[in-house]
Amino acid sequence: MPLYETVVGLEIHVELATASKVFCGCSTAFGGGQNTRACPVCMGLPGALPALNRQAVEYAVRAGLALNCSITKNAVFDRKHYFYPDLPKAFQISQLYLPLCVDGWVEVSGKRIRIREIHMEEDAGKLSHDPWTDVSLVDFNRCGAPLIEIVTQPDIRSAEEAVEAVRKIRAALSMLGVSDCKMQEGSLRVDVNLSVRPMGSDELGTRAEMKNINSLRSIGRAVTAETARQIEQIELGKPIIQQTRRWDDSKGASSAMRSKEDALDYRYFPEPDLAPLSLSDEWIAERRAALPELPEQKRKRYPVEFGLSAYDTDILVSEKALCELFERTAALCGRPKDAANWIMGEVLAALKDRGEPPDQLRLPPEALARIITLQSDGVVNRNGARRALTAVMSGEAEDVDGYVTANQLAMVGDESALAGIVRQVMESDADSVAAYRAGKEKAFGRLMGQAMKALRGKGDPGRLKELLTEALGEG
Amino acid sequence: MKLTDDITLRVAKLSGIRLTEPETAAMTRDLGAIVGYFDILNELDTAGVEPRAHILPLVNRWREDVVTPSSDRDELIANAPARRDGYVAAPKTFEGGGSS
Repeated sequence: MPLYETVVGLEIHVELATASKVFCGCSTAFGGGQNTRACPVCMGLPGALPALNRQAVEYAVRAGLALNCSITKNAVFDRKHYFYPDLPKAFQISQLYLPLCVDGWVEVSGKRIRIREIHMEEDAGKLSHDPWTDVSLVDFNRCGAPLIEIVTQPDIRSAEEAVEAVRKIRAALSMLGVSDCKMQEGSLRVDVNLSVRPMGSDELGTRAEMKNINSLRSIGRAVTAETARQIEQIELGKPIIQQTRRWDDSKGASSAMRSKEDALDYRYFPEPDLAPLSLSDEWIAERRAALPELPEQKRKRYPVEFGLSAYDTDILVSEKALCELFERTAALCGRPKDAANWIMGEVLAALKDRGEPPDQLRLPPEALARIITLQSDGVVNRNGARRALTAVMSGEAEDVDGYVTANQLAMVGDESALAGIVRQVMESDADSVAAYRAGKEKAFGRLMGQAMKALRGKGDPGRLKELLTEALGEG
Repeated sequence: MKLTDDITLRVAKLSGIRLTEPETAAMTRDLGAIVGYFDILNELDTAGVEPRAHILPLVNRWREDVVTPSSDRDELIANAPARRDGYVAAPKTFEGGGSS
């Protein structure tokens, strides 16, 4: 039994998929020339007033409902003050006293990780640090982009649970369409609060907060590394200092950013420029009724309805694009297991080859369904089907049937054609025929190989084998 | 609550403002008067008053999610003390400042 237990809580910032910012009409689109998607509201110029984006509230409520939260009917926005160049107002509009969603949970390996709250806030601008001069350059394009911050209770006890919790939350949010949840691009950012304590203790140890973790894999690595660091400190008799640490994924280690002595006093107070929300029971019930089927529900349904394994189900439901493709393909071709196998195998492999994430998938379900049908009907073999899939995914082909015809992928199913090739091969390689008949079984493979070559891979190998065996037996 | 120079200096530090000694004294006096006003308000009996987060009887003042044109960049940052290549230039900040 280990001597120490890891205690982890997460803060997950998620950029909402609205077209405009949360308090002004500037575009939230990624990129754009520096400071070209900004206005007096983003810049905090005197007299500029925020106007709340209704869609951002809808998305935040949707996230809260999907993560089993209660919705705060009279939620209020607050000002959180801190002084930093990426925040020109010198305060961030956030929620402290009455956050929009409270008391939710997400299930991780049969255990509930409680969600303390989900609050709405605005993102800050982006700083680039010029290494040659004493200047930081500020771009306010991201300033004012709508965020939700999901705060869990310290219920997580291992690196695996931390990764799984983020995976589950990400899958739910991406299914809801409230965010694109791209960790690499920063639209989903995870801060890890971690402490260790002697096994069996109920008290929380002093915690460190780790920032700058930008992949699922690095969440697990950061938890493991920080646990080891804190245990080592304790074993050496050194105190754990409450501090914020910056995770460096290339080094696999974190370093101190700031400690409690520099802790900020945010001087929160209600934002006087925004009216409180007042959400009725009916309003909330309508949103609840309009939620799409969530990953957790799909996770239960797929094995029962389609006979899929838990493993396959898990991979499919973790990505919105994959489970949409699966469900529509299965419905179109009526072969759910084949659809799952194709997606888990060839489609994911092709995406990996192309270095593309699943949400960039360009594969109409109609095309995949047609490929599956052509293969199961014996019109094309596996190789031909795979070529058609690659062609569709690369944009080279749009119409599966057209591609199969143009590239002569249809198998030679004609008995007489197959028999003709068998005859031809047997005549041209009489030595192998004689060897086989003399009991050298290896010779069969040689003949089979030549026959397949003559068919250019388009023959049904099973039928060809039967015909060849038959012909050799007759001699 | 009694406002002291220590509190004034702490607020000034948090706000990124440097104060001289005479300025600190003046600020403590002025802020003290404002805080003192709340002591007067606190004498009122509010037992029958509903707590509220806003002084106006308004709720759900929201707009639709529609993109409107952003400002002209040069005009927008014209008042910044320093600019470079369309960025606002700020004194170099250590990595890891800021907030959540």
